[in-house]
Amino acid sequence: MVNTARASVAQQSPGLALRIDNLSHAFSLEGHRLPVLERVSLDVAAGEFVALLGPSGCGKSTLLRLVAGLEPADRGTLLADGVAITSPDPSRVVVFQDPTLYPWRRVWDNVALGLEAQGLLKTTRGKVDQALAKVGLSQFARAYPRQLSGGMAQRVALARALVNEPRLLILDEPLGKLDSLTRIAMQQELIDLWQRQGYTALLVTHDVEEALLLANRVIVFSDRPATIKAELTIDRGYPRHRDDPYLLDLRKQILGLLGLAESW
Amino acid sequence: MSSVELVETGESVNTSTVRLWLQGLVAAAVWIASAALIIWWPNAVRKWPMTQGLANVCLTIAALIVLAVIVGRWSERLARRTQTLGAWLIALPILLSLWELFTAKLGWLPVPFFAPPQALLDVYVEDWPRLADSLLHSAILLGSGVAVGAITGFTAGVAIGWSRSIGYWLHPVLRILGPVPSTALLPLCFFLFPSSWSASVFLIALATWFPVTVLTWSGVSSVDKAYYDVARTLGASQRFLIFKVAIPAALPHVFVGLFMGLGASFSTLVVAEMMGVKSGIGWYLQWAQGWAAYANMYAALLIMALACSGLISALFLIRDRLLAWQQGAMKW
Ligand SMILES: Nc1ncnc2c1ncn2[C@@H]1O[C@H](COP(=O)(O)OP(=O)(O)OP(=O)(O)O)[C@@H](O)[C@H]1O
Ligand SMILES: [Mg+2]
Repeated sequence: MVNTARASVAQQSPGLALRIDNLSHAFSLEGHRLPVLERVSLDVAAGEFVALLGPSGCGKSTLLRLVAGLEPADRGTLLADGVAITSPDPSRVVVFQDPTLYPWRRVWDNVALGLEAQGLLKTTRGKVDQALAKVGLSQFARAYPRQLSGGMAQRVALARALVNEPRLLILDEPLGKLDSLTRIAMQQELIDLWQRQGYTALLVTHDVEEALLLANRVIVFSDRPATIKAELTIDRGYPRHRDDPYLLDLRKQILGLLGLAESW
Repeated sequence: MSSVELVETGESVNTSTVRLWLQGLVAAAVWIASAALIIWWPNAVRKWPMTQGLANVCLTIAALIVLAVIVGRWSERLARRTQTLGAWLIALPILLSLWELFTAKLGWLPVPFFAPPQALLDVYVEDWPRLADSLLHSAILLGSGVAVGAITGFTAGVAIGWSRSIGYWLHPVLRILGPVPSTALLPLCFFLFPSSWSASVFLIALATWFPVTVLTWSGVSSVDKAYYDVARTLGASQRFLIFKVAIPAALPHVFVGLFMGLGASFSTLVVAEMMGVKSGIGWYLQWAQGWAAYANMYAALLIMALACSGLISALFLIRDRLLAWQQGAMKW
């Protein structure tokens, strides 16, 4: 079921194939070298949904920043469809951990940011309205970010990313701040959009269940410096059910890998 | 207990709307009393012209207040506006009466140095062409200087905040030249520049330039780096990052700089007019003092206070317009 969906997606290939090869990265913190990523290799097929799990501070956000092209990697190769990633590109859009909306722009103008920056806004204004409708915030188009709740702001950030029709959607705990009801709705929305548009998705999350509900594959990272500890393929179609024994079993495995076997 | 408090606050809200017109009527009565004092209490030192005129002004104000009281019963907007003014409308005629008493009526304050209010009124009626002309010249000089200073300051601030190499060259200039009081450069500029007018424009511009530059710079460099990350991943160019991210984010700082710059420009303007440019309100002040025309001096000072305050208010209006997205910004 998943495979057929992915096959049809691959024909139009709206997704982007990502290759991470032997990637290492370090920061300098008060004069000390702080290794954050250690020889990370990962291939993500076009149209695949990959979830990254790992302890806090292990380097997941750093990996996403490198993939986005916001910083050059110390060592290793990053290829998007075979082309080296050297700078940010609107085909690879990030939804950051914080919504970081521009407080001086109304919600509508925040969502329109990418199209405006690329000089496409004049011909694509309808897309902004659609993206706002998708996240259920059409009513708040004229509001300022300060007038939104935390969850609403995060939904605006999601709309701001989706409106660019990215080929790789990079999600850094985008649902972390949402209440559980909105979160379930947004998870459903992400899956629907992904199935419809066929982008490649890279999702960092702290929520094992979320990873299992959304992803084709889950990558578990070790503590800092992050190395890949395990890879699990989730062979289940959508929609998935959180009480599926197969998923519950995987969840137990992953929690074990994260050193949390007891808390299950 | 808390319910009792609630009831009480509820009542006080009610009475405050009733008190409005009472306060207005009291204010009108006090203005009328002031007019009576001005007319019927004989002048002590000499017979001031415009004494009747001043009383008429008081009566006119009283009439306007009564009108506001009547209209305010129908127009809630007007009522809310005048409500906050109520106490001041009572205090003003009292202060005016005291001033009138100490100068014209009792002669306690030495006469040539302290002018009674009707003398000021006389100046406005007799000398308004010259005052208006001075005000115009000041406005042109100040406008030119502040415009040059604000535009160059803003540009310099953005450039220093954005570009390391521009910062390398501009930063020392800013540090050495900026803190110097621009009036200290006055003698130098008067012989370096072709005219005293252009020298004054330069000095006013300099006084405005420094705070605008520093605060624009600080605004641009304190922009959250995450804002740039967002725009960059969405395909923004450098130009977009400067004009659509850095500058809007820095605007609150820029306005603080503009307020400080405008304040500094006022004092530079007055000194420049007194020292070199033979026109404008500053020059009028000095001329009046030279002829011991103290009433003229007070009259000019009052105009100047109103004009400067008006300019600051205008800047606040512009700021409120541009920074409507800010929450709870300070109200002028
Ligand atoms: N700009 C920076 N300079 C120095 N150190 C940094 C910088 N950015 C991140 N780090 C360090 O790199 C490590 C990994 O950070 P990162 O944000 O990638 O963690 P994370 O896995 O996303 O954590 P979390 O799940 O809590 O968001 C942290 O120890 C952090 O202190
Ligand atoms: Mg993170």
